[in-house]
Amino acid sequence: MNQTIDKSQSVLLNQIGFSRTLRQSLIMAYRGLLKVRRTPEQLIDVTLQPILFTLMFGYLFGGAISGTVHNYLPLLIPGILVQSILTGAITIGVQLREDMEKGVFDRFKSMPIARIAPLAGALLADTIRYALVTILTFATGYIMGYRPETGFLGILLVSVLVIAFAWCVSWIFALAGVVGRSAAGVQGISMMILFPLTFLSNAYVPIETLPSVLKWFAKVNPVSHLVTAIREIINHGLITQDFWISVIGGLVILCIFAPLTVKAYRNKA
Amino acid sequence: MHQKLINTNNPTMAVEVSGLVKHFGDNRAVDGIDLKIPTGTIYGVLGPNGAGKTTAIRILSTLMKPDKGSAKIFGHDIVKEGQIVRQLIGLTGQYASVDEKLSANENLYIFSRLLGLSRHDARRKTAELLEEFGLLEAATRPLAKFSGGMRRRLDLAASLISKPPLIFLDEPTTGLDPRTRIQMWNTIRSLVSDGSTVILTTQYLDEADQLADHVAVIDRGKVIADGTPSQLKASVGTATLELKLNNKTEYEKAKQIIQSLLLVEGHISSEGILTAPLSDPELITDVLLSLRNRNIQLSEVSVKNPTLDEVFLAITGHETDKNDVENKYSISINNN
Repeated sequence: MNQTIDKSQSVLLNQIGFSRTLRQSLIMAYRGLLKVRRTPEQLIDVTLQPILFTLMFGYLFGGAISGTVHNYLPLLIPGILVQSILTGAITIGVQLREDMEKGVFDRFKSMPIARIAPLAGALLADTIRYALVTILTFATGYIMGYRPETGFLGILLVSVLVIAFAWCVSWIFALAGVVGRSAAGVQGISMMILFPLTFLSNAYVPIETLPSVLKWFAKVNPVSHLVTAIREIINHGLITQDFWISVIGGLVILCIFAPLTVKAYRNKA
Repeated sequence: MHQKLINTNNPTMAVEVSGLVKHFGDNRAVDGIDLKIPTGTIYGVLGPNGAGKTTAIRILSTLMKPDKGSAKIFGHDIVKEGQIVRQLIGLTGQYASVDEKLSANENLYIFSRLLGLSRHDARRKTAELLEEFGLLEAATRPLAKFSGGMRRRLDLAASLISKPPLIFLDEPTTGLDPRTRIQMWNTIRSLVSDGSTVILTTQYLDEADQLADHVAVIDRGKVIADGTPSQLKASVGTATLELKLNNKTEYEKAKQIIQSLLLVEGHISSEGILTAPLSDPELITDVLLSLRNRNIQLSEVSVKNPTLDEVFLAITGHETDKNDVENKYSISINNN
């Protein structure tokens, strides 16, 4: 019964190497995916929302903003994509908070595994959710008649950009989840961060129509830059300044919030 | 009062704790605990709710850092060598530390994989443990449908994947029905026969009595007594004589006889049992003879050794029982 432990365990080490950390993080991500399979309702936000919002906003605002629904789609799809993917990113905080309160987390902490593995695993597993949002948004757009200029290649580049950006932003919500005291509180705080960021941007409406203070905020808002970058790529095949601002913006968020989250997590975990 | 048992056959200590302190605000949950636990024993940590048992276990299993003091697990410092300590321990928490949303099978598989087993070995180990703990039939069901006993068994199985030499069981039978509790006891006993050391916290005195080789009684973050269950009982010093009479009207008479022969006050319970502390078993013959001479008929006679319950009440001084026998015990303990 006791011969099954692998060799690395038989030597007592006080450090967990990088390759084992990575392996354990992947196993934790696998655990996250198993849970999704058990409770598929976790995916409602990343499945129904992009479909519903695309249909709703498209038919609701299309005529008013762009004359026709068809003309609105090139403007709307990138906006919906960014909004839905960032909404999908906030659940990481709620999930982490819930997980850390459960008894199973005590077991993880008492096991000889990298302390960061549960956190890293959750962040990794979430990329599946972002991919789902991306696919469903473009699919709904396609059904409504949206045909991006740059075709599949443009969509692919945009998908990588938006998923990577969402992943960077998810560290903000992960931090809220780690330091927050209750899942409901984390949800509330995350929504407060998310709503102004996504709605006070150029995601749904042209910035020119906004009053001056909002116009200023919408212009500096990183979400606007990301939306613009996506529009330029898929609609015109252009990689503009906004693309680079988005990339740098994402990296800056990552560089600030990843260490903060990891630190808070190590203190708490 | 501290009687330290050192097992000379096994010079290595599984756990050495000195001056451990942890406070939460003003509350000193653990207030200077010293322990020495020899390998291969079941060590019981006995105390009421809020005594600091769980906090102590959480510190020893590296879930929490102590404010003061130090602890070593097989010679490895719990703070400086946390990762090493984690390779030597298994923890079964007070609330089942398994994943509620997954099945028993998935839980054990994931824990096995995290502990470094290959896919193949993890599957084999999982099947092995499921069988050993009688969970095979329920293996693929989500844990939400598990009974409390099944959950605890799974929890314990998960702690045994890497066959750790030291296993922490934090109140492993709290909330279980008596039958499941006895099953759990048997499982715990078999762990030690495989050479593991077990630290068991419990509020149930009979549990410590049944399982533990050595018991530390803790209250308000301090170890207030420590010894083998029989040493603790012996320190109480007396057995209890219990008499049940055929005729209810004769209890007072019997009480007087006891008073004159044993020189102690008997106590008549509402259920009609006359109890009296018995320091010298020889005297029981005198009592019985005297009762026969006065023609007082007995329906039941028994002599009971003190239970750990009585020991505990005596040392902590928490009065929960109207039975005045315990007051006498507390005097003998204080003189100890």
